[in-house]
Amino acid sequence: MKKYESFVSSAVPLPIQEIDTDQIIPARFLKATTREGFGENLFRDWRYLPGNVPNPDFILNDTVYGGEILVAGKNFGCGSSREHAAWALYDFGFKAVISSFFADIFKGNALNNGLLPITVSPKLLDEIFEKIETNPKSQFKVDLENQKFTILDTGKSTSFEVDPYKKMCLLNGYDDIDYLLSIQDSIEAFEANQVTF
Amino acid sequence: MGKTLFDKIWDNHVVSTLKGGTDVLYIDKHFIHEVTSPQAFDGLRKRNIQVFRQDKTVATADHNVPTINQHLPIKDDLSRFQVQKLTDNCKEFGVTLYGLGHDFQGIVHVIGPELGITQPGMTIVCGDSHTSTHGAFGAIAFGIGTSQVEQVLCSQCVLQTKPKRMRISIEGELNPGVLSKDIILYIISKLTASGGTGYFVEYAGSTIRSLSMEARMTVCNMSIEMGARGGMIAPDEKTFNYVRGRKFAPKEKEFDQALKYWKTLYTDKDAIFDKEYTFSAADIAPMITYGTNPGMGVEITGHVPTLEEIENPKTFNKSLDYMGLEAGESLLGKKINHVFIGSCTNARIEDLRMVADYLKGKQKADHVQVMLIPGSKQVEQQAISEGLDKVFAEAGFVLREPGCSACLGMNEDKIPSGEYCVSTSNRNFEGRQGPGARTLLASPLTAAACAVAGKIVDIRETLDL
Ligand code: SF4
Repeated sequence: MKKYESFVSSAVPLPIQEIDTDQIIPARFLKATTREGFGENLFRDWRYLPGNVPNPDFILNDTVYGGEILVAGKNFGCGSSREHAAWALYDFGFKAVISSFFADIFKGNALNNGLLPITVSPKLLDEIFEKIETNPKSQFKVDLENQKFTILDTGKSTSFEVDPYKKMCLLNGYDDIDYLLSIQDSIEAFEANQVTF
Repeated sequence: MGKTLFDKIWDNHVVSTLKGGTDVLYIDKHFIHEVTSPQAFDGLRKRNIQVFRQDKTVATADHNVPTINQHLPIKDDLSRFQVQKLTDNCKEFGVTLYGLGHDFQGIVHVIGPELGITQPGMTIVCGDSHTSTHGAFGAIAFGIGTSQVEQVLCSQCVLQTKPKRMRISIEGELNPGVLSKDIILYIISKLTASGGTGYFVEYAGSTIRSLSMEARMTVCNMSIEMGARGGMIAPDEKTFNYVRGRKFAPKEKEFDQALKYWKTLYTDKDAIFDKEYTFSAADIAPMITYGTNPGMGVEITGHVPTLEEIENPKTFNKSLDYMGLEAGESLLGKKINHVFIGSCTNARIEDLRMVADYLKGKQKADHVQVMLIPGSKQVEQQAISEGLDKVFAEAGFVLREPGCSACLGMNEDKIPSGEYCVSTSNRNFEGRQGPGARTLLASPLTAAACAVAGKIVDIRETLDL
């Protein structure tokens, strides 16, 4: 995994609640056996009309909006555990998703793939949506090291939570496997004490 | 202070705890399937490591497989490749595979319990959110992403922060025509699709205890649909009797030893939950969903909410637009063209028996296409040996071969765009059953009744009560 660095970017607004992983990446695109290339089919059925015509009403097809941050309504990433959803967002170019609420499994999957889920209050979420609506080029800063998210125009800044272990992994580009392999001895010791039937 | 069932099992499996609270959780059983495992095996290959505990992972092919002519090569190139990849990976890494053509093949959450692999007190994971199904046995079972599949393959552990605890109690006797599917659709409609996020749920109360193991699995299965990580039910005599004698269940002396431990698996009287809900079974009627998340459900005799009744008009309108429904509309009498009876929610033998029983002497409506998909090879065989296939055939239903099928529309079993499908599966998301498909979730009895009527009907009107 790449080291996660702080960055400044505009954001793409998707003010819809309960966006499930079937929307992020529909099941029929899960047949690939590698992690790459899912960005092409990100939000496939919202992005394209029948006949593979780009849907002009969908935000990702609107050149006014862009950036490495996706802002979405609450309960983002609910539904299936498919990590392909996180891969698709990352592959498309997103580095952070902002919402007032994330589904558990998605959150874990995102963190395991260099995509930072940032939970903000419902009020701030609305503010961010408004900000982008009035100026699609509004800039935001994501600073993982200091756990800070800033609306650059106004300088308004808010801190966000992230699990300390996950933060360490992201900042250093480590993954869980490295860690788990390093504690194999204690796993074996645990097994020796476990009762099995 | 006493402990909850969840805490007892979780705490028993913590290898160590990291700074910040993440636990290294030991996993007793790991199920894998063709869709979420290839990238994990690739990871092992890249690091040049082996599967840490080969005997604790079991594989099957279910998500992507065709449900007719399973003895022939899979037609779709990508699907065939993915299933073949699973076969190759299992061979290379020494993992047991119940692939296509094997007597034990089936939907991963159906075969685990029926083979006795799923047992009380275990920690169970799978790269699939409906792993929560196994919680019906008093196990901690939850879905994981592919990175975590890789973690389990290489260390038999996952890194996981402990969820909060929620208890949902249902008390009293169920009304006629109301199944466990209705119970869970009812709960989700009350708690919403995100009401359980961050929690692990224990289902309790006299209604839950009265349910069969199959019915309990249906309830636990859909825990994820309210955002909960998993759901579980304390094991009791029904659980023990179900597990006893199954292929991979402990035998004789070992069973007795296990039983002794299993009997300690309950929530202590003075244990505290972070959240508690209690519902009355008497308030639960047959349910159906009208929208595009499982929380958007109503009593079958109810109506789509009006704009005044909902909180987020934007999401609601988008959903109704997709479904082709109007706010305030009643669902009864709406014409439907498809019925799907299957999935890890409702494709066990009990579901099939119930549907067959209902169908005796009845015929599906001419304009309705029915997909009836057994949850596993064993369910299929059992149904045939009981003659259920004949009952289905007489009613115009064809019993196909096992797999996930139209639950997620990864194979060719899809619902055409714009058409309504009453489905016994667990998700009504946009496009879940195929691009443009309109899914109405309901119980197997309601689905069967709708197939016969050709429209949405109240099952209670069609039963001799
Ligand atoms: S039947 Fe549906 S919900 Fe169950 S495992 Fe298969 S795809 Fe997932």
